[in-house]
Amino acid sequence: MSASAPSSASPGPPVDLAVTLGGTRLTNPVLTAAGCVRLGRDLEQLLDLPALGAYVTPTVTLHPVTGPPGRRVVESPSGFVHATGLAGPGLSGFLATELPWLAARSVRTIVSVAAASLGEYAELARHIAAAPGVTGVEVRLGPPGAAALGLHRSDEPYHAAKVLATVRRELPSGALLLAKLAPLPGRVGEFARACADAGADGVTVADAAEALALDPTTLRPALGSGARDVPHAGLSGPALHPIALRCVWEAHAAVPTLPVVGCGGVASAADALAMIAAGATAVQVGSSVFADPTTPARVLAGLADLVSGHGATAVAGLVGYAHRPEHAPARTLATPTEGPEGVRR
Amino acid sequence: MTSGRPAPGGASAAPSSRTVHVRAEVLSRKKVGRYHHLTLVAPGVAERHRPGTFVAVSVGGPDSARLARRAFWVLRARPAGAYGGTVELLVAERGAGTRWLTTLAPGATVPLTGPLGRPFALPREAVACTLVGHSEGVAALQSLAERLKERGCTVHVVLAAADEAGLYGALEARRAARTVQVVTEDGSVGLRGRLPDLLPGLLEAQAPDVVYAAGPTAVLHAAAAAAEQRGAWSQVALTGPMPCATGHCLGCAVPVVGEDAVARSVRACVDGPVLRGDRVRWDAWGAPA
Ligand SMILES: Cc1cc2nc3c(=O)[nH]c(=O)nc-3n(C[C@H](O)[C@H](O)[C@H](O)COP(=O)(O)OP(=O)(O)OC[C@H]3O[C@@H](n4cnc5c(N)ncnc54)[C@H](O)[C@@H]3O)c2cc1C
Ligand SMILES: Cc1cc2nc3c(=O)[nH]c(=O)nc-3n(C[C@H](O)[C@H](O)[C@H](O)COP(=O)(O)O)c2cc1C
Repeated sequence: MSASAPSSASPGPPVDLAVTLGGTRLTNPVLTAAGCVRLGRDLEQLLDLPALGAYVTPTVTLHPVTGPPGRRVVESPSGFVHATGLAGPGLSGFLATELPWLAARSVRTIVSVAAASLGEYAELARHIAAAPGVTGVEVRLGPPGAAALGLHRSDEPYHAAKVLATVRRELPSGALLLAKLAPLPGRVGEFARACADAGADGVTVADAAEALALDPTTLRPALGSGARDVPHAGLSGPALHPIALRCVWEAHAAVPTLPVVGCGGVASAADALAMIAAGATAVQVGSSVFADPTTPARVLAGLADLVSGHGATAVAGLVGYAHRPEHAPARTLATPTEGPEGVRR
Repeated sequence: MTSGRPAPGGASAAPSSRTVHVRAEVLSRKKVGRYHHLTLVAPGVAERHRPGTFVAVSVGGPDSARLARRAFWVLRARPAGAYGGTVELLVAERGAGTRWLTTLAPGATVPLTGPLGRPFALPREAVACTLVGHSEGVAALQSLAERLKERGCTVHVVLAAADEAGLYGALEARRAARTVQVVTEDGSVGLRGRLPDLLPGLLEAQAPDVVYAAGPTAVLHAAAAAAEQRGAWSQVALTGPMPCATGHCLGCAVPVVGEDAVARSVRACVDGPVLRGDRVRWDAWGAPA
């Protein structure tokens, strides 16, 4: 980033952290990642959810799902290997308990969904669209072990497009629709294009990476019942960050007009800014919450200083910065989604 | 659940009202038997500690690759000492994380979140209680014994460990307890044997209305079963890995039966760590040691 070295000058004008995803304006680009932040009153003061750009819910399925037996989360170097399945209360449980809790606190809420068929996707989207207090929907297309979890196939871009088109039809215009992709460098670009064509307002890049953890004593899978069939485990955390960053870059390069939400190993404001420079309009903080429950607040608090340190007055001005030719003035190369404002010369 | 037993007061089982995340500073560290006794300055934690709640610390320093939290009972909480609120931990070396903790010098800091979880429920009346602690689980019971004594309860303490070096707190226990029974598996001090075998006999003599237990899962199960057999209540303090310790990761699910008799799973860290022993579906739990 030598083109705009941090300016050590006196504090400049306040930094504008607002971003837009599709037609939805968020006060700042820091979101939570689906399933990594659970609600609970004990910890409300550590995690000021209303202050964040948005809260993405744990993935909601049509019917309640009991999580797998046995261990579900183990530590791995700079990360976690986890297999929580799609454990959750199902649509009606979600609508009866979690959503009212969020609405009562004016938390901007994006509901993550996954389903076994297009019909189920339509039903989920219809009910969620009718519920008060929902900003948008994030479709979980590529969780680790999608097939074993009994989810609708989304392993080719045209599958993904069908799901997105189905959900789009059920949502009111103006509702935000995101597609969450698996971390597959080399393929993310084509998925992003297919989702954009099918009506997605953006892509969340990326989900956990397919992974395995073995128990050192038994030499069997450490998660689940320890059976020989590979459980649907995923890797999350800082160990995933470089791969997620690469995927964000590819998605932005493939469809520069499509907002990307960067997700994977964001633990600091610097990680968030890297995602933004690689092409993300917003970021999600996931498992870093496990190690430090104040991570989202810390990322948000640090972002403004970093943005102004890079000579910008708006975070939107740095979206995709890493893609720009080295000595080109950032102002003229701003992509259409972010507008030319926001870069201080 | 059979009725007719005195219910431990529900009011005190509410979740800790406020949890804080602080950089705790090591004030002192000393070796006691097999354990390390750590005193940490942790403003805001001691004030809110109640017996059965715990703290989670991060290990390995700021650039650590070990991201799961490590949970510890609060052996003693002093809200307003000369150094601000302090908490004392009893740390047993298990793996890399606890080993790192036991090398910290005074002045070093560790990220600490607490108090976490739901405390032991205290009886409304002055009843007889038996507190069963195995190895470092004893750390959960010291402040509980004092609290029960203040309420006029008759307190019996059973302290157990593999051997003498694993025993902690017999002296402290004597201050609050009418009887203290020591058990070691190798018989180096006290009764020789294992708690699952010895507890039924010990409870027969002590005739408690409530049994409180902290230690490995096998000990908790044994205490719950022995209490159930006598028609006493039990309150067990769960351990086992709690990767985030704050309710987010679902990595500490425990199978239970709800008040409504429906089987479900709860998070040991925020729905526990203290649960009624008769609520845990012990057989359905691929329980951690
Ligand atoms: C509510 C609660 C209170 C506790 N109180 C105390 C206490 O007062 N004193 C004390 O010495 N220990 C206590 N423990 C156990 C302590 O948390 C573990 O010994 C410690 O986490 C092991 O970390 P490690 O890195 O040394 O071990 P490793 O074996 O290297 O740990 C690897 C991973 O597994 C987890 N893990 C492995 N075994 C256990 C276990 N039995 N319990 C919890 N996590 C485990 C670790 O947290 C870590 O994520 C308590 C545990 C809980 C859940
Ligand atoms: C315990 C756990 C549960 C998760 N649950 C969900 C989920 O319900 N839905 C979803 O889309 N992603 C889920 N994820 C994936 C995260 O949202 C995120 O995509 C992934 O962890 C990478 O981000 P991170 O490195 O910041 O955690 C989960 C991750 C973890 C660790």
